[in-house]
Amino acid sequence: MSIELGPHANFILAAYGITLVVLLVLIGWIVLDYRSQRRRVAELESQGITRRSVQAKAEAKSPA
Amino acid sequence: MALIDLANPSRFLALAERLLPYLIGLTVFALAAGLYLASGAPDDYQQGATVKIMFIHVPSAWLSMLVWGVMSVAALGTLVWRHPLADVAAKAAAPIGAAFTLICLVTGSLWGRPMWGTYWVWDARLTSVLVLFLMYLGVIALWRTVDDPSRAGRAAAILTLVGAINIPIIKWSVDWWNTLHQPASVVKLGGPAIHPTILVPLLTMAVAFALLFFTLHVAAMRNEILRRRVRSLMLLKAQIAPGSEA
Repeated sequence: MSIELGPHANFILAAYGITLVVLLVLIGWIVLDYRSQRRRVAELESQGITRRSVQAKAEAKSPA
Repeated sequence: MALIDLANPSRFLALAERLLPYLIGLTVFALAAGLYLASGAPDDYQQGATVKIMFIHVPSAWLSMLVWGVMSVAALGTLVWRHPLADVAAKAAAPIGAAFTLICLVTGSLWGRPMWGTYWVWDARLTSVLVLFLMYLGVIALWRTVDDPSRAGRAAAILTLVGAINIPIIKWSVDWWNTLHQPASVVKLGGPAIHPTILVPLLTMAVAFALLFFTLHVAAMRNEILRRRVRSLMLLKAQIAPGSEA
């Protein structure tokens, strides 16, 4: 099926093309940000940094 | 599950993990259906094939205002109810709203050139949408300027509520002032002034864009919760580091 876009085809194709690019950049940024944050959480937790570990250390240090 | 249960970030993360695959599937289906219907829509008797730009321009314009509305409700959540996820929701929505507003401005410009003979005029509708875009950038900049998320959240919430004044100005600018932009033709008293062969693809694309926003918003909120988790873990790491006084 071919779509006839008439004499202003360039404007129509540019509008759809730019929309696609903007949305792909937005989606790509969200996906990459998710991977980055997951990696950073995993790195910190692999070093033993968790909220529970800090509480345990604080309790161990406390004389009571 | 009650809304208050989602106040727990860990519970929200678990829910987001379960919901996102379905939301992505639904969004892709709706976008495919919208584009299929849009490709088969007839040309407008005056505007010819350029009416196809409407199928992305109008939904993005609606979303640009809807997202600011979502941010305004979230701002109330931050300032009034102090909901733990309110400023997460507001911060996550801002870049998505900015993207939809940019699409609205660019596609409107590309539609305006063949129809009006110009890419841009400083009339009320176009200028108020440009102001909305600048406000999105301002809120994003404010979030990035203040390091403490809770302080940034309160400042951004105030700016968001002040900026909400612009939304009715955008909506009714075409009625209040003389403008090149056409008046409302879908949401108006007396019903839509558009033929169903064009209205149905337009509304399908609007639903698809709304689903896209919802999906991206949930994903971006998940990222923001993880970012705050990283921040709190870094602070804890600094506390337990040798030589720290904590």
